Amino acid sequence: MKVEQISIFIENKSGRLAEVTQSLGDSGVNIRALSLADTSDFGILRLIVDKTDVAKQALKERGFTVNKTAVVAVEVPDCPSGLAGILQVLDKGGVNVEYMYAFVERCGENAVIIFRFDDPEAAIKVLLENDVRVLEGERVYTM
Amino acid sequence: MSDCEKMMPKIWDRDNECMSRDRLEALQLARLQQTLKRVNEHVPCYQNKFSAFGLGVSDIRTLDDLAKLPFTTKEDLRLNYPYGMFAVPMREVVRIHSSSGTTGKPTVVGYTRNDLKTWTQLAARFMTAAGVTPDDIVHIAFGYGLFTGAFGLHYGAEEIGASVIPISSGNTDKQIMIMQDYLSSALVCTPSYALTLADRMEKKGIDPKRLSLKVGLFGGEPWSEEMRREIEQRLGVVATDNYGLSEVMGPGVAGECQHQCGMHIFEDHFIAEIIDPETGEVLPRGSIGELVLTSITKEAFPIIRYRTRDITRLSYETCECGRTHARMAKTMGRSDDMLIIKGVNVFPTQIEEVLFQVEGCEPHYQLVVDRAGTMDTLEVQVEVNERIFFDEMRKQHAFVDLLEKRLLSMLGVGAKVKLVEPSSIPRHEGKANRVIDKRVQ
Repeated sequence: MKVEQISIFIENKSGRLAEVTQSLGDSGVNIRALSLADTSDFGILRLIVDKTDVAKQALKERGFTVNKTAVVAVEVPDCPSGLAGILQVLDKGGVNVEYMYAFVERCGENAVIIFRFDDPEAAIKVLLENDVRVLEGERVYTM
Repeated sequence: MSDCEKMMPKIWDRDNECMSRDRLEALQLARLQQTLKRVNEHVPCYQNKFSAFGLGVSDIRTLDDLAKLPFTTKEDLRLNYPYGMFAVPMREVVRIHSSSGTTGKPTVVGYTRNDLKTWTQLAARFMTAAGVTPDDIVHIAFGYGLFTGAFGLHYGAEEIGASVIPISSGNTDKQIMIMQDYLSSALVCTPSYALTLADRMEKKGIDPKRLSLKVGLFGGEPWSEEMRREIEQRLGVVATDNYGLSEVMGPGVAGECQHQCGMHIFEDHFIAEIIDPETGEVLPRGSIGELVLTSITKEAFPIIRYRTRDITRLSYETCECGRTHARMAKTMGRSDDMLIIKGVNVFPTQIEEVLFQVEGCEPHYQLVVDRAGTMDTLEVQVEVNERIFFDEMRKQHAFVDLLEKRLLSMLGVGAKVKLVEPSSIPRHEGKANRVIDKRVQ
């Protein structure tokens, strides 16, 4: 039920983000979702792509530091309190959210949110027990 | 005294400071032989070193023969901590000083009554060369304590007949008040503290040029020509450099005259050599290399071929001031990469050790030393690799914080850790050049 995400360390200087996206483009990798966390010195770029291993290899060859992490894609009702309801479920289940970001595509009537949990297994269990829909990786990469 | 002599800056000890090179070298050889004889009799460390080299004191017949003798290093001093290198019984030692060691044991040095007389004379020499006269009020803002700086200049200034204000370091506002009220005319401190004083005066709306300051004697840390110009312009003083290290004596090994063209090494008391720090070979005159010093008059703590680790160059042409003693250029760096940051000695190997201790972290790094305003800054740039890269900002920050905490406790001085991309720090062929010191560029 987990989704593979790649994270890339990027120094805060001009042209680095362009370099990442260019090398992905050159390798025929399509970006499905992304989020960038930054400080004054550096940023962490997180990506969901259609071909994770190809992307990781391409970026490593260009000299980037790349890690693969497991995240969870959750369907969220696209209506007021949709996300709040899911966060309450997680809170009650004692699950910590490290960070989250929205997916561009919708899944039917629902929005998709990517969650990074400190314990993804426990999070998935809590979500499923509360009838929240969690998307398979394969589904997400090709959305 | 004729009018002409009044105009000329005074030379404290004209006989010795201006003697011909021939006479000087004859004096050096005689004093060297006496010193070698004494250490060979009284200091086991030197006895062992000389006999390991198969050398007797009688083998040293010319000054060039000095190159046959083994070096003395900081490690030798540590191994003989605290009093093992002393050449006289403790009852003849009247003063003890110590180096600013940040890790492990410091090094301890001692002075006999005669040593203190010599030190006082040499301090009076370079202070006179810098322009200090009996009419001056000398404001000593070095810390008084085990550090040799304050006491060295204190007694030198008194010997000249100047009025000494032993204010010691710290309390910048009080320093400024005393400068204003007591009419301090000569300032003794580190060059960075001189700029701190200038900054504070600016903030308080005090024009330094309306004070009585006319000369500054700065030392204790590396400083550039650019910094000299800044101090001179902002404080309205002639800023002079001097050199010394506690292992050799303290301030008074060398000092600049008002021509500001290198520091005269008082060669009637010290023999200076320049060596290749890699091979230990003595280099031809005029070469840049590591300064090696031998004391030839000290009684309590004589030192033979001490590797100072300071990189410099010597020139032997007679200076316009008339002194014949060789001049050493401003130190250009360290052969062991030691850095002095906020007055604390920092070695890149200590930083390596911290990076190594932090689990999984053995990355490529570079040190950037700079000065923000008047404060030294140290930035440790660390190349990220997969083991020290986390996709959660919280963990990434925690890692940086951990490194900074460990560095602070190892070095005794704060450092900022900056993570950089892999392969972004230049690789050097052969000897790694991991330090960029922007203060001396």
